[in-house]
Amino acid sequence: MGFSAVCAQHPDAREILRKIDKNMTSDNRVFTSKMIIHGRRNDRTVESKTWTAGDKKSFTEYLFPARDQGTKMLKLEDQLWIYSPETDRIIQIAGHMLRQSVMGSDLSYEDMMEDSRLTDHYDAEVTGSEIVGGRMCWVVRLTAFDPGMAYQGRKLWVDQERSIPLREELFAKSGTLLKRTELTEVVNLHGRWFPQKIVFKDMLKDGEGTEFIIGDIQFNVAIPDYIFSKASLKK
Amino acid sequence: MIHFLLKGLLRDRNRSLMPVIIVTLGVMLTVVFQSWMTGVIGDSIESNANFTTGHVKVMTTAYAENMDQVPNDLALLDTDTLIARMKKEFPSLEWAERIRFGGLVDLADSTGETRAQGTVAGFGMDLLSKDSKEPYRMNIPGAVQKGRLPVKAGEILLSDMLAEKLNVDTGDMVSIIGSSMYGEMAIYNFTVCGTVKFGSAALDKGTVIADIGDVRRALNMEGASGEILGFFDQGYYDDAMASALVIEFNKIFNDPSDEFSPVMKSLKEQNNMGAMVDFTFKMLGIMIFVFLSAMSIVLWNAGLLGGLRRYGEFGMRLAIGESKGHVYRTLIYESLFTGFIGSLGGTVVGMTIAWCLQTYGLNFGELLKNSTIMMPAVLRARITPETWYIGFIPGVLSTTIGTMLSGIGIYKRQTAQLFKELEA
Repeated sequence: MGFSAVCAQHPDAREILRKIDKNMTSDNRVFTSKMIIHGRRNDRTVESKTWTAGDKKSFTEYLFPARDQGTKMLKLEDQLWIYSPETDRIIQIAGHMLRQSVMGSDLSYEDMMEDSRLTDHYDAEVTGSEIVGGRMCWVVRLTAFDPGMAYQGRKLWVDQERSIPLREELFAKSGTLLKRTELTEVVNLHGRWFPQKIVFKDMLKDGEGTEFIIGDIQFNVAIPDYIFSKASLKK
Repeated sequence: MIHFLLKGLLRDRNRSLMPVIIVTLGVMLTVVFQSWMTGVIGDSIESNANFTTGHVKVMTTAYAENMDQVPNDLALLDTDTLIARMKKEFPSLEWAERIRFGGLVDLADSTGETRAQGTVAGFGMDLLSKDSKEPYRMNIPGAVQKGRLPVKAGEILLSDMLAEKLNVDTGDMVSIIGSSMYGEMAIYNFTVCGTVKFGSAALDKGTVIADIGDVRRALNMEGASGEILGFFDQGYYDDAMASALVIEFNKIFNDPSDEFSPVMKSLKEQNNMGAMVDFTFKMLGIMIFVFLSAMSIVLWNAGLLGGLRRYGEFGMRLAIGESKGHVYRTLIYESLFTGFIGSLGGTVVGMTIAWCLQTYGLNFGELLKNSTIMMPAVLRARITPETWYIGFIPGVLSTTIGTMLSGIGIYKRQTAQLFKELEA
């Protein structure tokens, strides 16, 4: 009976992940965003608009600053292309290039590619609870069963009430901490909880990280198919 | 007495001409060898200076801490202003701005998508200014295999090996993909104007060279440079000068509290060059010492033989009453005169040859064309302060010591034997 009582204190980890996925993922979405990149020397702001369909298709167009305006990124399945209007070239980003920084931020192209459901790639275990940002959170340890994942280990602090991670630590297979994210300004959008601000910190770099601030966001809207094609890169 | 001895020497060519010629030749060879070896071996250090380190290098403190990674996000800003100040403070140096970068060279197919890609290490330097010495520092004109140097913006040189691997020809357009100064991906189009081969596997595997103006535009580095290389106007590295310069520069320009303030490092302080510089000059010293020793033995022998050859003369002089000490001393004085005159002549001739070799050099370009050793095509001698006096060591010292040794025999001569020798 004591053993059962102990088990009952921690919920089913996979159930927590399913609730997270329900909040964070959708059939499709369209959103504008602002990235504030805190560099070692100065800060930069980059604005963009993104269309995503599930976790396989994504199209981003950069709107600001002027130098980056018109740069586009297209993700289809596990392939990523970038279009540079200045050179009129479509470059496929593959291999080690995926680990390069997006616009000088703490996010890599690999991070941008990753938009899949946690339950599809990770085993999970609830190891305890802590308070983060004034909210009681489950501490969930994830271990990838998919060897293709960029981050083989994760640690999530999941808001117990809203089922959304408020902090995340991403680990390499060796256990080295690679990235840390803090998710704040959580709002309820059409019945789902969603963070409007995410701070990414590359733990292998100096600096204060990158703020990813979501502006307008719409879920499950009609997105024309042509958006997710290479032809739209040059339009 | 000196006047008498000189007269004697000049009148008797057997005692003067041959020894002087021998000493002159020996000293000339010593002077030429020393200056040639100093020049050629010093060139290996100069190659490093020309390609990567300069005699001194200026960069931000933050950049210097991670120099091997070429962190252009930590580059020097407003370099025009900085260089103007540096020229005023240190007018005897030539300054050259460089941007080094890593990335990919990407070739497009007819649809604009990637046909082929290769990893490259890039150099951005002043190739387009009329009076720029940068192309000659890296001997780029001599390294061109196909095409020509860039003559306008938007042109790039590719290493010949890479061009062949990617099937790129002059006139083709390539895109260079790298990281801008702000960290984002940078893509820039160039036209290949030529291919180069340096004779170094590391460089020839994948190098691109473009004008610094283009590289700045490509990497969003307007008004910035990763590195500013300084070169002494004497044309070669002097460690003592460099060390003093570094101290003075950092006192004026470096602010320890600002990681982006300029800091200077000497050649020896970069890329583990300290050990190489020390080893190189030690090797040079050993080689010159060995040669000097050999030449000293030759001239010592000449002095020895000269003394032995005049056995009869000494006997006569002793017989007519000249003291042994006086004979010995005159022998030494004559040797000193011979040695000095020969050394002077040898140094003059040797310095003339050394000067020609320093100014014009010897062109081994054709021989080194297919070489895998990175060497400059034109090898030059280098006249140093030591060149002026090094010939006198074997020329005067060895000759005199040889004569002194052979002259010891004078003290063993017995008066009783002298007349018998004369009769013989």
